[in-house]
Amino acid sequence: MSRSLKKGPFIDFKVERKVLAMNETGKKSVIKTWARRSMISPEFVGHTFAVHNGNKFIPVYVTENMVGHKFGEFSPTRTFRGHSGNKKR
Amino acid sequence: MARIVGVDLPKNKRGEVGLTYIFGIGRNLSRTILTKAEIGFDVKVKDWTDDELTKIRTIINEDLKVEGELRSETQLNIKRLMDIGCYRGIRHRIGLPTRGQSTKNNARTRKGRKKTVANKKKATK
Repeated sequence: MSRSLKKGPFIDFKVERKVLAMNETGKKSVIKTWARRSMISPEFVGHTFAVHNGNKFIPVYVTENMVGHKFGEFSPTRTFRGHSGNKKR
Repeated sequence: MARIVGVDLPKNKRGEVGLTYIFGIGRNLSRTILTKAEIGFDVKVKDWTDDELTKIRTIINEDLKVEGELRSETQLNIKRLMDIGCYRGIRHRIGLPTRGQSTKNNARTRKGRKKTVANKKKATK
């Protein structure tokens, strides 16, 4: 079920604060974050985030198309290397 | 012969059902179209007059996305997901269900026909 519109999108407060500060000063640096549940807001475009996947941080460069998705979607938590004996590919 | 947006409609079906042969029109939309055009649901496709046909055509052309246009739209949506590399896009790429369904069993619609793997040899005592 999708989130109630009444509440508005959930954007992690700390990440947003850091991005806004960076936008003001014009600096760019990678932001480490664990907030996989946070929506990507339009202000985040052009920044790089290091999104935790439970093991390590996956760098995610945010483009315009990603707005409205969540950080976790870009940082897979599972590794599947294929079944044994499946030599194709 | 009724031909709408490049699709031949079956002659002997009720209008309500006949319209659903167009990709992007189901029973519900078909009914709204027919009520807008002021045609009964039960009128067979072959019994539509030319007037009624043009009415239906204009309704479909004006405010509906059907057939090729709709297909290309969905394809573009899927392509967007794949390009941004999100979880759903990855699932589309490897041909597995995208909405969190279980894939231990079933999921045959996405995975295709069963590929049987030869049994492992049993360990003998």
